[in-house]
Amino acid sequence: MSVAAARQSPLGEFWYYFRENRGAVIGLYIFAVFVFVALFAPLLAPYDPTQQFRQSTLLPPAWAVGGDWAFPLGTDPLGRDMLSRLIHGARYSFFVGIVVVVVAASGGILIGLIAGFAPKWLDTLIMRLMDVILAFPSLLLALVLVAILGPSLTNAMIAIALVLQPHYVRLTRASVMSERTRDYVVSSRVAGAKLPRLMFITVLPNCLAPIIVQAALSFSTAILDAAALGFLGMGAQPPTPEWGTMLAEAREFILRAWWVVTFPGVAILVTVLAINLMGDGLRDALDPKLKRS
Amino acid sequence: MSAPVVQASGLSRVYEVGGGLFGKPQEIRALSEVSFAIPRGKTLAVVGESGCGKSTLARVVTMIEPPSAGSFAIDGTEVTPDRWDGLRDAVQIVFQDPYGSLNPRQRISAILGEPLKINRKGMSRADREAKVREVMGLVGLRPEFYDRYPHMFSGGQRQRIAVARALMLEPKVLVLDEPVSALDLSVQSQILNLLLELQDRLGLTYLFISHDLSVVRHVCDEIMVMYLGRAVETGTKDQVFDSPRHPYTLALLSATPVADPARRKERIKLTGELPSPLNIPSGCAFAARCWKARDRCRAERPELEGDGHKAACFFPEGG
Repeated sequence: MSVAAARQSPLGEFWYYFRENRGAVIGLYIFAVFVFVALFAPLLAPYDPTQQFRQSTLLPPAWAVGGDWAFPLGTDPLGRDMLSRLIHGARYSFFVGIVVVVVAASGGILIGLIAGFAPKWLDTLIMRLMDVILAFPSLLLALVLVAILGPSLTNAMIAIALVLQPHYVRLTRASVMSERTRDYVVSSRVAGAKLPRLMFITVLPNCLAPIIVQAALSFSTAILDAAALGFLGMGAQPPTPEWGTMLAEAREFILRAWWVVTFPGVAILVTVLAINLMGDGLRDALDPKLKRS
Repeated sequence: MSAPVVQASGLSRVYEVGGGLFGKPQEIRALSEVSFAIPRGKTLAVVGESGCGKSTLARVVTMIEPPSAGSFAIDGTEVTPDRWDGLRDAVQIVFQDPYGSLNPRQRISAILGEPLKINRKGMSRADREAKVREVMGLVGLRPEFYDRYPHMFSGGQRQRIAVARALMLEPKVLVLDEPVSALDLSVQSQILNLLLELQDRLGLTYLFISHDLSVVRHVCDEIMVMYLGRAVETGTKDQVFDSPRHPYTLALLSATPVADPARRKERIKLTGELPSPLNIPSGCAFAARCWKARDRCRAERPELEGDGHKAACFFPEGG
């Protein structure tokens, strides 16, 4: 590490390491574009995503034979503009990612902190319960939960959050266990700190780095799982322009109209890939074990 | 000599280890029947090799863990777990490793302010800052360090911060758990002199834990030598350094380097290892490594005996 980097603020040091990973930086830019599109979807989209143009159903993209520049990425079987639907779909994906990560992370961190500080029997109880959840294939468990709760985007998010939660619990508990015997925690106890203060003020901030990485990576998992549930008819319901649901609706036109399945698929691929690249970069920058000193 | 600030009698601490679902847990006797008294403003040094129970003693005295048996009183108040909260003001600790004892995510202001925040509920923010700045001045930290993070400091400065934190509540007793053994030699003397100066100025009582006898000679008034959880010799600094009675103390002293090349060294080399605290021998714990051991040493345990200068040995040096 250069002397300059050592003297910088934690944020400056973070950026110094993050910048080293070019894939991560590209991922970050793509993610920024994705966030921008999601936030300003109504302004960017040329049409309403549910508006049907009956005269121009299944129009190919503008550059292909028979395409129309009024609909740059073509239209779907009901004559809705693909581009507008994809732009609005980004909103749903972003929303799913945020909600799932917030719910799973806050629940997981809380349970993980409790497990890390709890007496042995409670710790064992919590961790075995998490092992049970982890033992299920995640999508299958989410599918079962949605089947019980009823298919909707909200229920799909709840199901995915539940499925992703044990990862946070494990991660938090492991960090807490290694931190809580350190001298600064003991010193806090000697100063009279009680359990809640030890948990949230003393220990938690020192455990955040791996949790942030996990949050970034599970953001993409959440988007992917939501799309999968949508594709299986268990997530967002038509006419919601959710990417997975769009794939499911277009399934029967795969051979006749390649664009109706390709573009939502590419959108999912690019988003998930970008977030994963960014998450890798975050790990490189935040994990002290990977730092060169 | 005034009444002792810390008075301990028969302090013991037993840990249980292992023992799964069916196995019987084993007992580790980390500390056995240790008694001592420290008068106000004095320093008691506890010396011994690794694993002799020094740090366990520190943890018991600072109320991190309760003793398994025995009792101790601070300033006349008997210490029991239900009174811990009220006695936090009285005893604070400085740890060995200044890199581990400061929270890396907190600024110096937060680290130093925390004891006040917890124990002085009514204190206003401005008063707290004033107090923090006052103590920072006391230990020789510059005012501009107030908003910095621990990773910006060297080991010596960090240890000053740790001392400052321990002083925030104006304790009567400071437990110093090898406060200088992680520091460079030049920095060691700075910190030791700071500690001596603070003792002078604030009338602090120190329980000084160390394995470095040259450091101990510099700071302490009285010494307790420990071996495998027990005190084997206690006395004033001069008594113990000039005429050690227990063979273990003699061996420890002979291992201390002396900065005098002309002096011939007669170093006593101990053979063997410290016995496991899981399985303490029945007689004198030191018998297996002692060159004077007889049958009696292996059969029964010598008690700490003597007048002022006590030693737990059947055949003490010098008499």
